[in-house]
Amino acid sequence: MIEAVRDAMDVMLLRDDNVVVFGEDVGYFGGVFRCTDGLQEKYGSARVFDTPINESGIVGVAVGMGAYGLRPVAEVQFADYVYPAYDQLTQEAARLRHRSNGQFISPLTVRMPCGGGIFGGQTHSQSPEALFTHVAGLKTVMPSNPYDAKGLLIASIEDDDPVIFLEPKRVYNGPFDGHHDKPVRPWSDHPLGEVPEGHYRVELGEAAVRREGNDLTIITYGTMVFVALAAIEEAGIDAEVIDLRSLLPLDIDAIEASVKKTGRCVIVHEATLTSGFGAELSAQIQETCFSSLEAPVSRVTGWDTPYPHAQEWHYFPGPKRVAAACKRAMEY
Amino acid sequence: MVTATQSGVGPGDEESPEMSPLRFHVPVPTVRPGDEPDFSHVEIPPAGTVERPPVDVASEDIRHLAHTIMRILNRDGEAVGPWAGTLTDEQAIEGLRAMVRTRAYDARMQMAQRQGKTSFYVQCTGEEAIACAQQMALSAGDMNFPTYRQQGLLLTAGYSVLEMMCQVYSNSGDVLRGRQLPVMYSVRDAGFFTISGNLGTQYVQAVGYAMASAIKGDTAIASAWIGDGATASNDFHSALVYASVYRAPVVLNVVNNQWAISSFQGIASGNAATFASRAHGYGIPSLRVDGNDFLAVHAASRWAIERARQNLGPTLIEWVTYRVAAHSTSDDPSKYRPREESDAWPLGDPVIRLKNHLINRGCWSEEQHRQMEEDASAEMLATAKEAETYGTLGEGPKPPARQMFEGVYKDMPPHLQRQLEQIRQGY
Repeated sequence: MIEAVRDAMDVMLLRDDNVVVFGEDVGYFGGVFRCTDGLQEKYGSARVFDTPINESGIVGVAVGMGAYGLRPVAEVQFADYVYPAYDQLTQEAARLRHRSNGQFISPLTVRMPCGGGIFGGQTHSQSPEALFTHVAGLKTVMPSNPYDAKGLLIASIEDDDPVIFLEPKRVYNGPFDGHHDKPVRPWSDHPLGEVPEGHYRVELGEAAVRREGNDLTIITYGTMVFVALAAIEEAGIDAEVIDLRSLLPLDIDAIEASVKKTGRCVIVHEATLTSGFGAELSAQIQETCFSSLEAPVSRVTGWDTPYPHAQEWHYFPGPKRVAAACKRAMEY
Repeated sequence: MVTATQSGVGPGDEESPEMSPLRFHVPVPTVRPGDEPDFSHVEIPPAGTVERPPVDVASEDIRHLAHTIMRILNRDGEAVGPWAGTLTDEQAIEGLRAMVRTRAYDARMQMAQRQGKTSFYVQCTGEEAIACAQQMALSAGDMNFPTYRQQGLLLTAGYSVLEMMCQVYSNSGDVLRGRQLPVMYSVRDAGFFTISGNLGTQYVQAVGYAMASAIKGDTAIASAWIGDGATASNDFHSALVYASVYRAPVVLNVVNNQWAISSFQGIASGNAATFASRAHGYGIPSLRVDGNDFLAVHAASRWAIERARQNLGPTLIEWVTYRVAAHSTSDDPSKYRPREESDAWPLGDPVIRLKNHLINRGCWSEEQHRQMEEDASAEMLATAKEAETYGTLGEGPKPPARQMFEGVYKDMPPHLQRQLEQIRQGY
């Protein structure tokens, strides 16, 4: 998926002179996760460059560049570091178009690796997506695989509104089924690891059905997509698995169609429970599907604690917890 | 368990002097309401005594300029010293007109707020020279990132007063569709970035804009604006770091008007250093300038702008001035500073000082000045009446509710379309 993310930036740097890529360690070194490796050499240091360690500054200058007419692609090294930039993202980038009636816009993409499962502890494991979906004016995206990562990133860079692009770092190197004690399966082994060359888009606001099923709907995104698939496989449940891909705009039509078909729904995300994105999904499902529901909508998420280090696999909503929630929903 | 102090050196091993209780320091202004105004702490050198360095000077060679005040107009209304001579008679009269119109605009809008025609207003009384003179030194295509006290930029740039007033009234003629608080203008074509109510954010954005201009090989520069209070914000320091690292073509203005609502400038500065001197920690050249001296503002602005255009990087300028009016219509300064303090401000009034200079120069008269002030008042009164035909916040036509759903995104996403439909159905 790292190559897919890099490829998307490469494609856009080549196609559009207004695209610039920057962040901490992004330039000469090519990023701590290697997502920008080789791009400075190819496009020069005026297009791809290192920044000081100051996230509010990274996004602050990106807002100014976007107002000028550039299309900045900024990297925040870990999603856990984005908080100093929250003011610039939520009060500035998200608001420019509206408050200036379109005189100034923020066509910026802010990439950030998110999620745990890599023994990153509480400052290298967070999933802050709900802090962004709550903000009018932002779009929030989280791919689960290389094909989507490239297509969504290209669509995000081409988008004239600010996009928070969350990259689940646990799936950078392969789909993860939640069994951390098993060897990592590489993306080269998986059909979604096949990434076409050149330009293509995966549109924001369109969910993907990863598996069709009849008994239950699992709504998830990011790392948890393959955990959910593994969980129902192991438990022998005929569930439909929806990969949201983009949280805002949200493909409520795909959710509604599936939940009305199955009558049962389990929401799975890695972020903490309370006021998480699952709460929004749950509310919308009861608003749109109330009379079709055969069981309460349930959530399997990280616990409401800081992301722990030693207890990482107790925190992580693994396949056992997902399967158990599915069984509870089936037996209700 | 072995603790760290069981072996090796730990606290208490070394003999220490007797310890006294620590004392917490909170800066306080020299005077409060009821006291005699006192500006004896503001050291003011005679006009014309501060050198004018070449634009390619190294920051370490002009550190002393961050601790003085560059002035051109002396007490006799003469323009003196090496910085003088940047404006012709006609230009100086235009500058005077810009200030007079700005003051008349403020007076009219302040009254409109008191009459209930809008919710909020911010005057820039006493600070007119700073925005008006710098705007005269900028070129078309340059972009200001202002605070809410730089309306003088728009009045000097010749922007429509009618549109400014419609914005203040949040009426049906408001180009911003009633979405923004009064005075938070946005005028891209006049080089005026959309104002944020979150202080400081625009400072680092200006640096980003300047970086973009340099990345594209453009000739436009950016001008960043901030008040003394908001220099404490992280965005101020972020801006100086980024401006310094990338040598961005930006002018970093600090309008030190002594007051951040009720907090005197020592709450931001600690009274330990001037705002101008902060630039030197970042290797950015800085000037400290009499902000009530129109000629000094123009000359210093031109110097900083020239540096930016010649790829010499950023310049920080501290404009020493005084906020004569309240912070806003929601503020009562008599609660925290002596009522007579503005009369005692030692740098005087920018309009009177430029007027006296022009009379001294032989190109202006008291009679012409009276006429200019009358014309400005009449213009603002007539324009306000015209603006009121589009409604006010209190009465008449207003932007429709639909306008709040538009422009949140380029294309309205489905969830906002549903909410717009709901508001139509009276949900």
